[in-house]
Amino acid sequence: MSTQLANSIDAGGYNFAYLDEQTKRMIRRGLLKAVAIPGYQVPFGGREMPLPYGWGTGGMQVTATVIGQDDTLKVIDQGADDTTNAVSIRRFFARTAGVKTTELTTEASVIQTRHRIPETPLQAGQILVYQVPIPDPLRFIEPREVETRTMHALQEYGVMHVKLYEDIARHGHIATTYAYPVKVNDHYVMDPSPIPKFDNPKMDDSPALQLFGAGREKRIYAVPPFTRVRSLDFEDHPFEIQRWDESCEFCGATESFLDEVITNDQGGRIYVCSDTDYCRQRQHTTPKKQEAYP
Amino acid sequence: MYVAVKGGEQAIDAAHQWLAERRRGPKETGELSVSQIRSQMRLAVDRVMTEGSLYDPELAALALKQASGDVVEAVFLVRAYRNTLPRFLYTCPLDTRTMTIQRRISAAYKDVPGGQVLGPTYDYTHRLLDFTLMANGDAPQGPEPATEPLEACPRVLEMLNREGLIEGPDGQTEQSPGNQDPEPGDITRDPLSYPADRSVRLQALARGDEGFLLALGYSTQRGYGRNHPFAGEIRYGQAAVEIAPEELGFPVVIGDIEITECDMINQFGGNQTEAPRFTRGYGLGFGQSERKVMAMALVDRALRARELGEELSTPAQDEEFVLSHCDNLDSSGFVSHLKLPHYVDFQSELVLLRQLRREFQQRSEQRSPSSGQVSSESKQESEA
Repeated sequence: MSTQLANSIDAGGYNFAYLDEQTKRMIRRGLLKAVAIPGYQVPFGGREMPLPYGWGTGGMQVTATVIGQDDTLKVIDQGADDTTNAVSIRRFFARTAGVKTTELTTEASVIQTRHRIPETPLQAGQILVYQVPIPDPLRFIEPREVETRTMHALQEYGVMHVKLYEDIARHGHIATTYAYPVKVNDHYVMDPSPIPKFDNPKMDDSPALQLFGAGREKRIYAVPPFTRVRSLDFEDHPFEIQRWDESCEFCGATESFLDEVITNDQGGRIYVCSDTDYCRQRQHTTPKKQEAYP
Repeated sequence: MYVAVKGGEQAIDAAHQWLAERRRGPKETGELSVSQIRSQMRLAVDRVMTEGSLYDPELAALALKQASGDVVEAVFLVRAYRNTLPRFLYTCPLDTRTMTIQRRISAAYKDVPGGQVLGPTYDYTHRLLDFTLMANGDAPQGPEPATEPLEACPRVLEMLNREGLIEGPDGQTEQSPGNQDPEPGDITRDPLSYPADRSVRLQALARGDEGFLLALGYSTQRGYGRNHPFAGEIRYGQAAVEIAPEELGFPVVIGDIEITECDMINQFGGNQTEAPRFTRGYGLGFGQSERKVMAMALVDRALRARELGEELSTPAQDEEFVLSHCDNLDSSGFVSHLKLPHYVDFQSELVLLRQLRREFQQRSEQRSPSSGQVSSESKQESEA
């Protein structure tokens, strides 16, 4: 994080990174509390952003608050830098904060993401900002905020295990494939945002600071660097991540999260890395796959 | 082919350009001016101001123009702008007793001091399309303003309150001591938390979506939390806005705003220690927003069920349900986000679903090894 206070610069009549400094101070206080209590959902006075709720306003408020003029920003959606919403958010900060942007995971000091954690391991000093739709992992079991706050306070997480158990009883597997609940620092059960469970292990003991912003629900939470993050499971049904029999069409990767791309209406499909930067780096360093494109 | 999956910067730019062209429409027709929208689409402007929670008819009209008439989109534009404005101080509470009345009706009494003032309303129009408007016919001149000044219009509910027949505006009995106004909450600064106090609830309802509140209010009339409403008084007109800067020590008027206010008279409670009296629900909106403020008053009253010791059994009485879902920026944003890519989550579900189907297949083959035809069909399907 750039610790310098961002000077206000003129960005078409708006403050640096859009939010006014009082709002940033309020959010920073929330972030400090969130970092001090890993996994705890801190209510904050979320503001209306010029993008719709549900499109990353929470992540944008966090990014706007932590970013300084010396930072380099990367924005991904579904792992890709060139999906429409990622393009839109990156442009927003290029316009309102004038910061340097990048598509390289290794070059970024702040990475805002929706639904993925980059494949390239993060480093100390980097900040990963997650966009969060529904911050409370208990919400789909108990819709009432009044109830779930008490359940978190008392670590009353039995219902969550019952839900996972019911999955196993019905399907033979835990049927949660994304937004897979984790336990942070052996206390709070936390929603990792709708990342695939494939990415959950990357959160554990990460050297990077992980911040989560839910704009519509007005909650912030955090996982400080080097914090234990454990995916919920059972001894006889240990946590597993997705695997593919295929490899990436472009870089041949077998260890990355693959998107399925339908190529025709005859059932033809290829698999490609969801992380576009990772894929591009591999294409530079490893020879292309031999098979011809169908 | 693969490129088509990802959106590009060019695609976004082109979409914006196309949108701008469609907003303007064919060049042969004249362009709508903001002042035309402000004066001729005033009820839409009022709704945008109310739900945008910013009193500025000109900006609301601009937002409607920019949003091609999409009210929710216009509300969004106004809210995002409002969010960047500095906040100097709170105004004094509006004194609607002394407002300049343009319309004032009570459905509880045939006549009330100050009289029934019909004002500009669609209420008794016959909903027949007026084709002269299409033929650029001139609108008729409005009636001459009355020469004698309007009588003072005391609030209808205050007259009831004097008799002790209804609770006070704050829900307290008329003898409640002290009667100091607590500092109101502000959901634009502090996140909603539950249980919310009434000032916070009213703020959320005032900003809430008219359609949502209308449906909830309607549901209470149909028996889902019935509370026997009478439209005690609805008034529309101009009220003076006052501020009291500390260094001055007295209030000064900074301008007039148009508002609509609704006082609902609702069923009475009472118990061993308290005499029965009517209860009330309250609604307030910018401009002429009668449908909104009536719906708001019905829902306000329904949300007071807990405080009044009523049974809680319907959606309109459920504070978390109503307040968490009444904001149309929240709801339209979250619904529309389904248009964003979800490739990764969908892929995760596909992987699991294929695995589950494969295992199901294996299990059913073990159970009935003879039914080969059925299983080969479903195998095809599972791999399609």
